[in-house]
Amino acid sequence: MLSYIIRRLLLVIPMALLVITLTWILIRIAPGSFYSSEKKLPPAVEANIKKKYGLDKPVWQQYLRVMGNITCRTKDADETTTNGLQFGVAGTNFKCFDFGDSLKYEGQSVNEIIRRHFPYSATIGILAYILALIVGLSAGIIAALKQNSATDYGSMSLAMLGLSVPNFVLGPILVLIFSLWLYWLPPARVGGASSYVLPVITLAAIYAAYIARLTRAGMLEVLRSDYIRTARAKGLSEWKVLMKHAVRGGLIPVVSFTGPALAALLAGTVVIEKVFAIPGLGNIFIQSVFNRDEPLTLGIVAFLSILIMIFNLLVDISYAFLDPRIRYE
Amino acid sequence: MEQQEIIKSASLWKDAWKRLLKNKLAVFGLVVVAVMTIAVIIGPAIIKWATGFAYDTIPSEGELIKSFPPSLQHPMGTDDSGRDILARVLQGGRISLMVGIISTFVSLIVGVSYGATAGYLGGRIDNFMMRVVDIIYAIPYILLVIVLLSAFGGQNAPQWIQSISNALGSGQGLSQIILLFFALGLVSWLTMARVVRGQILSLKNQEFVMAARATGVSTPGIIFRHLVPNALGPVIVYATLTIPSVMLSEAFLSFLGIGVQAPFASWGSLAADGIKNISVFPWQLIFPGVTMALTLFSLNFLGDGLRDALDPQTRKF
Repeated sequence: MLSYIIRRLLLVIPMALLVITLTWILIRIAPGSFYSSEKKLPPAVEANIKKKYGLDKPVWQQYLRVMGNITCRTKDADETTTNGLQFGVAGTNFKCFDFGDSLKYEGQSVNEIIRRHFPYSATIGILAYILALIVGLSAGIIAALKQNSATDYGSMSLAMLGLSVPNFVLGPILVLIFSLWLYWLPPARVGGASSYVLPVITLAAIYAAYIARLTRAGMLEVLRSDYIRTARAKGLSEWKVLMKHAVRGGLIPVVSFTGPALAALLAGTVVIEKVFAIPGLGNIFIQSVFNRDEPLTLGIVAFLSILIMIFNLLVDISYAFLDPRIRYE
Repeated sequence: MEQQEIIKSASLWKDAWKRLLKNKLAVFGLVVVAVMTIAVIIGPAIIKWATGFAYDTIPSEGELIKSFPPSLQHPMGTDDSGRDILARVLQGGRISLMVGIISTFVSLIVGVSYGATAGYLGGRIDNFMMRVVDIIYAIPYILLVIVLLSAFGGQNAPQWIQSISNALGSGQGLSQIILLFFALGLVSWLTMARVVRGQILSLKNQEFVMAARATGVSTPGIIFRHLVPNALGPVIVYATLTIPSVMLSEAFLSFLGIGVQAPFASWGSLAADGIKNISVFPWQLIFPGVTMALTLFSLNFLGDGLRDALDPQTRKF
């Protein structure tokens, strides 16, 4: 088990480097650049800008510089940044995970921007995740226990509705009803707990729907299996059969969905952030892509892809605890 | 022998069709999707004939160029420029449904060939091909789409896309939409490839494949003539579920302003326009939004029904 975890953790490094490399290639393929958004610059000015940002150097040198920023490299003599992880070995100063400065937001480092905006996305994401888990699990379990009843059909239709209403339609409609007609809740983030209610509900809806469907399918599968019959046959109470045996096995498909889902939720959802005017990471990411703000895009991609890979690893590990039949060599 | 096989396979599909018709929700989905398809095909012409409004008709009188609530003349109201929303929703439905179908088709072709090849060849090639899928999976798809759209959009559009849109009689706006079809198709084949690969893995050691190999059928022949047809059930199911998800992606891109551009409209771009005026003109969001939600709802139910009908494993539920 431990060697499996270590092997998977080691695999994260080349995978993340590859993802970052491909992202960098994509940014470079895309026409346009961060300085040429409005009008064509005189050649002399353009040459100066290129020189300042090191774009006049050979491509492989630029690539090594970018990768050095994201992983580790020796610190330049004129660098004063304290971002990332810095240490000295035998007189040479190294710095790691300092993603550099944003090209668009002058004087701000990518690390700072991520540190400032990620908490908003994470707060809403975690709250939505908890809400989706509670609603989705209970709806799914109840629907599976009362299969083909009105409760089952009702909750599954509701789940399907949750999957089918785009969140940029659901969000504004909730705002329309609860903010503009009933005056119960604020329409956008103005601070205070009440302003989190609508974004969290909007974000959670689709995930709750997915979880409910997966839970129901997983539970139905497990409830027909032999080990549940054995548990019943040896005289366990129905509650114990359900909670100790059925739920554990039935949750496996849910877990494999919720791991990556939590990563996606933490990353921030562009739509929710746009509709409710939340200064989260998702919006910053999209803007950085539009602005061709290379360090910012790469920094966010690096941050999020490692986050996603670690969550996927946690999911795989948790299988072993949920289903004793799964073993990792 | 061959005769027998044809009869048997026909009865399998007939059987699935019967099971599908027993599922009330799936039939509901099928009917709504059919009605919606017919409506978006003939609807704009009927409205034009009955009331004289096309999707891009801006009234000539100045005082009519503003948003009116639903009325007899405009059942869904009008937008900021006084254009009939019903006509725009139907016209937008054409593009939304087309995005769903064409992009799914693109993802089907790429995903099935890729997944089937990886699954059949197996070993190192399979391992390599699936790691490639994993890595593309990890790249934010929005980045891929934006790069594809900006690298090949507008003036940079490849010759064949320009000639398609010229043949259809529209300029650059349409070539952007055609590009969108391919961009979305090219980012949504990954799951399809995984599904097909899994299916092929379980099929490739069966006797009929061995028999084909023994009679000297070539590798592409085995993959596309013998293996892929046998994996069609899950592929169809997954394709039906890909259509709504691609339509959602298109709506999302249009919401961000990089999808369908004016004067063209899709459900996503109409909803995005409506959100700006939600407090004053709620009908601008509600009608396109509800039409889209209803269609996605029906497509999802249809896909679910097809899965139950075609996949004997889940039939008992």
